[in-house]
Amino acid sequence: VAYLCFYSVQLSNMLAAIIMLIFICFCVHFQNTAGQFFSSGHTNNWAVLVCTSRFWFNYRHVANTLSVYRSVKRLGIPDSHIVLMLADDMACNHRNPKPATVFSHRNMELNVYGDDVEVDYRGYEVTVENFLRVLTGRLPPSTPRSKRLLSDDRSNILIYLTGHGGNGFLKFQDSEEISNVELADAFEQMWQKRRYNELLFIIDTCQGASMYERFYSPNIMALASSQVGEDSLSHQPDLAIGVHLMDRYTFYLLEFLEDIHPASKSNMNDLFKVCPKSQCVSTPGHRTDLFLRDPGSVLITDFFGSVRKVEITMEAIHLTDPILQLEDGEEVQEKTYSYVDQLPVSEIIHQKPKQKDWHPPDGFILGLWTLILLVFFKTYGIKHLKHIF
Amino acid sequence: TLVARSLLANDFQEELVIRPLHSGDIYASFQFRTLWETDFMRENKVSHYRLFPKSLGQVISKFSVRELHISFTQGYWRTMQWGQPFLPSPPGAELWVWFQDSVTDVDAAWKELTNVLSGIFCASLNFIDSTNTVQPSASFKPLGIVNETDHRFLRYATLPREIVCTENLTPWKKLLPCGSKAGLAVLLKSEKLFHSSFFSQTVHIRPVCQDRECKTTSWELRQTLNVVFDLHTSGQGKREWSLFKMFSRTLTEACPLASSSKIYIDVTDNPQEEYFELSPATPLLSQAVVLGDRRTFSVYDLTQQLFKSVSDLLPAGSMLRPLLHAERYVAGYGLQTGEIHTVMYNNHPFRSFPVLLLDSVPWYLRLYIHTLTVTSKGKDNTPSYIHYQPSKDRMRPHLLEMLVQLPPHSVTEVTVQFERALLKWTEYTPDPNHGFYVGSSVISALVPSSVAMDTNITQEQPLFSSFFPCKEESSYFVRVYTEPLLVNLPTPDFSMPYNVICLTCTVVAVGYGSLYNLLTRSFQIEEPNPRLAKKIANFIRRIRGVPLLS
Repeated sequence: VAYLCFYSVQLSNMLAAIIMLIFICFCVHFQNTAGQFFSSGHTNNWAVLVCTSRFWFNYRHVANTLSVYRSVKRLGIPDSHIVLMLADDMACNHRNPKPATVFSHRNMELNVYGDDVEVDYRGYEVTVENFLRVLTGRLPPSTPRSKRLLSDDRSNILIYLTGHGGNGFLKFQDSEEISNVELADAFEQMWQKRRYNELLFIIDTCQGASMYERFYSPNIMALASSQVGEDSLSHQPDLAIGVHLMDRYTFYLLEFLEDIHPASKSNMNDLFKVCPKSQCVSTPGHRTDLFLRDPGSVLITDFFGSVRKVEITMEAIHLTDPILQLEDGEEVQEKTYSYVDQLPVSEIIHQKPKQKDWHPPDGFILGLWTLILLVFFKTYGIKHLKHIF
Repeated sequence: TLVARSLLANDFQEELVIRPLHSGDIYASFQFRTLWETDFMRENKVSHYRLFPKSLGQVISKFSVRELHISFTQGYWRTMQWGQPFLPSPPGAELWVWFQDSVTDVDAAWKELTNVLSGIFCASLNFIDSTNTVQPSASFKPLGIVNETDHRFLRYATLPREIVCTENLTPWKKLLPCGSKAGLAVLLKSEKLFHSSFFSQTVHIRPVCQDRECKTTSWELRQTLNVVFDLHTSGQGKREWSLFKMFSRTLTEACPLASSSKIYIDVTDNPQEEYFELSPATPLLSQAVVLGDRRTFSVYDLTQQLFKSVSDLLPAGSMLRPLLHAERYVAGYGLQTGEIHTVMYNNHPFRSFPVLLLDSVPWYLRLYIHTLTVTSKGKDNTPSYIHYQPSKDRMRPHLLEMLVQLPPHSVTEVTVQFERALLKWTEYTPDPNHGFYVGSSVISALVPSSVAMDTNITQEQPLFSSFFPCKEESSYFVRVYTEPLLVNLPTPDFSMPYNVICLTCTVVAVGYGSLYNLLTRSFQIEEPNPRLAKKIANFIRRIRGVPLLS
């Protein structure tokens, strides 16, 4: 009987232990899903989309950038958080047979320019210096807000570059380049100034993988359309417009992003599979060693969409009473105003020359006078000085 | 009562004028006017905005702006084929501002203002700096109410290279009280607007008289959009137009915030409906004197009737010949010197009138003012007023203002020779072989009018006839812009640094390198490679420690 009792106690102990274990497992599981929900750690999203090519035959680079802009806007990032830089104007270019449109698909199926586009840097403003200043935040004080990247340490930033590039550089507007070392240093500056939480860098140029080789700051994930030694190819020409409309990598990226909606759960591993070698001819590459989270747990909308975490509060907020504007008493105006004469001929003819601001004498004049004085005193001696002063 | 008076004196009007032109084009002019009686310059900032856009109100109060005129234009207005526009504008972007008397540093305020406006309108107005800003001494008198006109507070700049596209139209539309959701702004679809021969959007802010007595002033914001559609490219070749064909949109309702919303169709050439007819027909006709001509308009009031569409056939007839127009071109050959010719035509048969010519030439075209000649009908015509400010390299452009009397029925030509400068290699644009632009000349004139102009300022006047203030009945003020010039500067070959480096390095490597090698290399005799047997024997000998075979 003692044995039986002992065994039963042992059994009940084991049962209790098993129940405890199962309970703990459940807790851990809940914590995991809850942790995953809040694991991204960012509170706002920014996007910097740059097209670096000029001239009509580089239509496809502008179409690339505009299609990423369109996807990013559609998934929720507002214009105030997007810095769009287009180096040339294709939509209203005089060679465009359909003005105010930029198409991405043949037969003019999809107009990525749209009706509500805001380009922040355009034309000659797209330079390496301006791009680096936008990234690092070192802009002149009079720069308007729409041209600034006002990110903080809880921002996820998407950076998309497209244009012509080579092994270790990207060409800006056919006149200057940015090297991969400069770009890596700019990202390090951003990290040290805590200007990003996580950064996704996508580049669609020839030999694009060389641009992310030199990154050394944490929390950067990079994708490129081709490896070193390979060219990125363009997709399809349109016979009416006469140029190639998109690059292959961005074309398939756009097709992939069109299936994403703000609540979708696709993660980065799906993004890495976009445009395999059979479709792209070049081999897209990616780099995730600097990124702290596992790419499988990073949602596409973490970078392409915008965060909308809402906290509901039940507190009451007391508003102050409205401020009533006191009007001045009704003064009777004696003065009558009138418009100015647009072309007062007699006044113009007899105009006095406007008083110019007085400037101190120029260096040349001062030097001349010094020379004259020196010669005078050399010739006539210093004792004449007392006659002058 | 403590109701703020400013809320009551807020008014918004919109109108559209359609004028068929004799060259087969249609000229459509939209005007949106917001009137607000408020004081931006007082101590506590204005914080309650209703119809007036907040972004512009903050710009006015922060930079103490008295008047602001900005225009973005694509295309060139062809005066001889199309007549005079209601509101002229030069190709590219143009900005001129009158500051208040209280501003101490006008240049700093100007620089900040251009940056802020470049953010509001998505345009590269931040390229306006001291190299393309001028301070006219007699042109561009204020169009609104001012106390005195000291030209030290005026700044004028143009960017002839500026492109206009949907990204400029979008923020412009967002300034309207109804946006592009209701009223006439519904018609503004960018794909049709930019497929035109001429497109211009402007913003004008100025203080105006509220009524005839003019005891109080209110701020007026006018947004205008002028488009000229070419029916041969956009239509089907038939001489018939409709609102849907032009804009690919139909009007649904008037803007609920507008006190008046009207469409005026110019039917002057069709008095008895013999050439064309309008459908839907309207009995409302009104007459207005605009640009020295009395025109008849059919009026459609959107606030009263439900509006479907308007179609019309094109008229045939004669057009009032514009009395003043101008051309400008560069003469000469080569990349060193040249001549700028400005030609002004006075088509009035017997009256002469004075014109004020304003020329702003960038510093890299060095003008030789001693070669300036003004000739009319072959004879010298001395201007009664000349103001010339020479340029300073990389700091200031040339400014030339002249008051010239144009004799009746004549052609006046102004010529000046120039020399092209060589820029530093970093100052070239990325596409230097396109050329460099010189902004349009501005010709301001009081042209004698055959019809008496209306000098009374009333609120009932249609907007298109009340833009330029009219002080006398016998003439009207007009501003004509010439074409911008495109000059080629001597452009270096930008691949030369690369070529020089390659050549120099090759010469150094091959030439000097070989010589250095010959002089400093020392020769040593080397054993030929031994055969296999000898190698094995040497190996065994090395193990044994015995000297090797040679």
